[in-house]
Amino acid sequence: MPLIPVVLWTDALVFLLLALVLGFGLYAARHEHLRAPWRRVVRSRVGVATLVVLMAYAVVGLLDTLHLRLAQAQQDESREVRYSPEVLSLLDLALSGLRARQEKTYSAPFATHLYVKEAIDQPDGRVVRDYPRLTHGGAHLTDPASQRGLDIAWRSALGLTKGLIFWALISLGILWLIARRRGVSVTDVRRLILAGRTEVPWVTALGMLGVMLALAFVAGELATKYHILGTDKVGEDVFFQTLKSIRTGLLIGTLTTMVMLPAAILLGIAAGYFRGWVDDVIQYLYTTLNSIPGVLLIAAVILMLQVYMSNHAESFESLVERADLRLLFLCLILGVTSWTGLCRLLRGEALKLREIDYVQASQSLGVGHFTVIARHILPNVMHIVLITLVLDFSGLVLAEAVLSYVNIGVDPTMSSWGNMINSARLELARDPVVWWSLAAAFLFMFSLVLAANLFADVVRDAFDPR
Amino acid sequence: MSAYILRRVLYAIPILIGVNLLTFLLFFVVSSPDDMARMHLGEKRVTDEAVQIWKQEHGYDRPLLYNPTADGTARLTDTIFFQKSVKLFVFQFGASDDGRDIGHDISQRMWPSLAIAIPVLLVGLAFNISFALFIVFFRGTYIDIGSVVLLVAMLSISSLFYIIGGQFILSKVFHLVPISGYDQGLNAWKFLILPVIVGVIGGIGGGTRWYRTLFLEEIAKDYVRTARAKGLSERLVLFRHVLRNALIPILTGVVVVLPLLFMGSLITESFFGIPGLGSYTIDAISNQDFAIVRSMVFLGAVLYILGLILTDISYTLVDPRVRLQ
Repeated sequence: MPLIPVVLWTDALVFLLLALVLGFGLYAARHEHLRAPWRRVVRSRVGVATLVVLMAYAVVGLLDTLHLRLAQAQQDESREVRYSPEVLSLLDLALSGLRARQEKTYSAPFATHLYVKEAIDQPDGRVVRDYPRLTHGGAHLTDPASQRGLDIAWRSALGLTKGLIFWALISLGILWLIARRRGVSVTDVRRLILAGRTEVPWVTALGMLGVMLALAFVAGELATKYHILGTDKVGEDVFFQTLKSIRTGLLIGTLTTMVMLPAAILLGIAAGYFRGWVDDVIQYLYTTLNSIPGVLLIAAVILMLQVYMSNHAESFESLVERADLRLLFLCLILGVTSWTGLCRLLRGEALKLREIDYVQASQSLGVGHFTVIARHILPNVMHIVLITLVLDFSGLVLAEAVLSYVNIGVDPTMSSWGNMINSARLELARDPVVWWSLAAAFLFMFSLVLAANLFADVVRDAFDPR
Repeated sequence: MSAYILRRVLYAIPILIGVNLLTFLLFFVVSSPDDMARMHLGEKRVTDEAVQIWKQEHGYDRPLLYNPTADGTARLTDTIFFQKSVKLFVFQFGASDDGRDIGHDISQRMWPSLAIAIPVLLVGLAFNISFALFIVFFRGTYIDIGSVVLLVAMLSISSLFYIIGGQFILSKVFHLVPISGYDQGLNAWKFLILPVIVGVIGGIGGGTRWYRTLFLEEIAKDYVRTARAKGLSERLVLFRHVLRNALIPILTGVVVVLPLLFMGSLITESFFGIPGLGSYTIDAISNQDFAIVRSMVFLGAVLYILGLILTDISYTLVDPRVRLQ
């Protein structure tokens, strides 16, 4: 075996989340009342466009979630295979070029020279202070000043062509699938789509897909020869860092809500359904937790976690594992601070539902509490849960950045947009300004959060009966 | 009314006890004072004596809950729980880990926090309400759609970028205001402009969108239709009827955050170097000063509960339909 898979704690939770989503998807596909709202989502232009963007992020995040350790080159004759202690993800492997191409320090996007002057030894023995050539960025050019523009244009065109070909293949595949399901020819489907007479706005969906693929291929083509978003202080490629940060952002946005869901659903429904002392206790619980300012509670817990980790350093195998556990705890504690809102909503809804006729009827027929909750209450509050899940996502991604700035966010060794902003915020004060780290974090974070916000609005409109 | 307020205040007591127990649990049971001492003294090669001395200096050398060596009531009072946690109830915050009086620091540092928080709140409120009314006046047109897209986009930008961008554009490029800093008394005004502008702009996305929803909800109601049917102009309908009724949720939303204004904004204050309670908390977090963090947690909880009580009271004042028994 040349590699051994590694499952970190957060990876396991992501797989669980995927399984849940898949299971729910299969279940919903067979129930018309569950399918109807989703159909409304994919029939909206904004809905499909943002869905494509979110999917693109999700693919990168998932690639970064499949972790493994590579086998080391065998040195002795023993048959035992040794694995490298470094935990890598599929994304790391796919972008191993980006990861390896380190420069000395800052360099601007598409630069061929470093951003700071250095003393360079000339062949004739003189020492000149100048901007040295980069080791990797544009290293294939013999005369950067004259060739660079043309080279960039040529490579962009090449990437664009590749992207468009790939896009055409995928589009054809989708057209063929639709055609087969409807029993008509592919040209008919194409005509229908272009005329906008399909229920799903395929023009928007495929157009967005085309834009994303074109961008991805152009970036990929250029990134093999240049640092398209520059390099940071220690010479790491900023584009690579930003891609690596996607996983952190997505995890914070989804896992937080996932870990708090069981508590919020259970307690919220119990409070509304049973009323009496159960209600009092649960209300007391969430008012108490809610009255502590969230940031301070997170700070307190993360501080305590740091104390614990520094005193028990030996119980963590690697830095990655340690960072992963801290991320998990961050999700947990963010969940603790954010479950109260959902809990209160569910309590109110359960209070209303328990008085409804069919619930009263099943109670008087002697159906047990558990069955009533599972059969009648839970399915009727699921739309609230879903709306909360989607609405909370963008806020959590933004919160991560702020928390990392206060040093109570994810581990400093983990790449995240918050850490990128935090380490780059003083770079604007430099002269000349180093802007690309911030710009990259801004660009990727903004497009994710914007897509999530727009998608959340569509989902809320589709699911909320009001 | 007074009976209601009294009951609400009494109801706050068990919640504060809960908060207090929770912080005690977090700060002293989950990680013991020994751990804290080691953390402060550096991780490696800490002798037990050094830990004991640190604990003694900071008053952590008592038993947690019960002191069998003391006499009488001191058995209960000469403990960490009483000295460090119970005393918070009378706002005796004690000394921070580097020996300063926390209560004094808080009373000094809340003024700069208020100097930013109050203008941000007032200007933001005025701007957001006007903008929301403007959007609602043009509802259903391209102005409406365009504004909503703009609001969602503004909502999607991290507050860090507003601050960084504001500092860069206004201070670095145009040299209009100082990047950061603070001054005593009235001289502080030029340091306050930038944080206030950034604070207001950062709040537009969320605030205006929320108020727009409130106005639209109100505009769909029967009395508005009646007002239009009477032949009132759109301007009168909006300002006389819609605005006044929508002010109820807006006002109560504002009242709940009023007490928390004291706490300041963590990020803004630390970016702009303003010596308020927000930067106080941030400094405490990065210096791992547990005494300050503990005090701020408790203070925050007290202010939040105060906000809730004030909200309930303000409801009865502005909305005659609400009666408190």
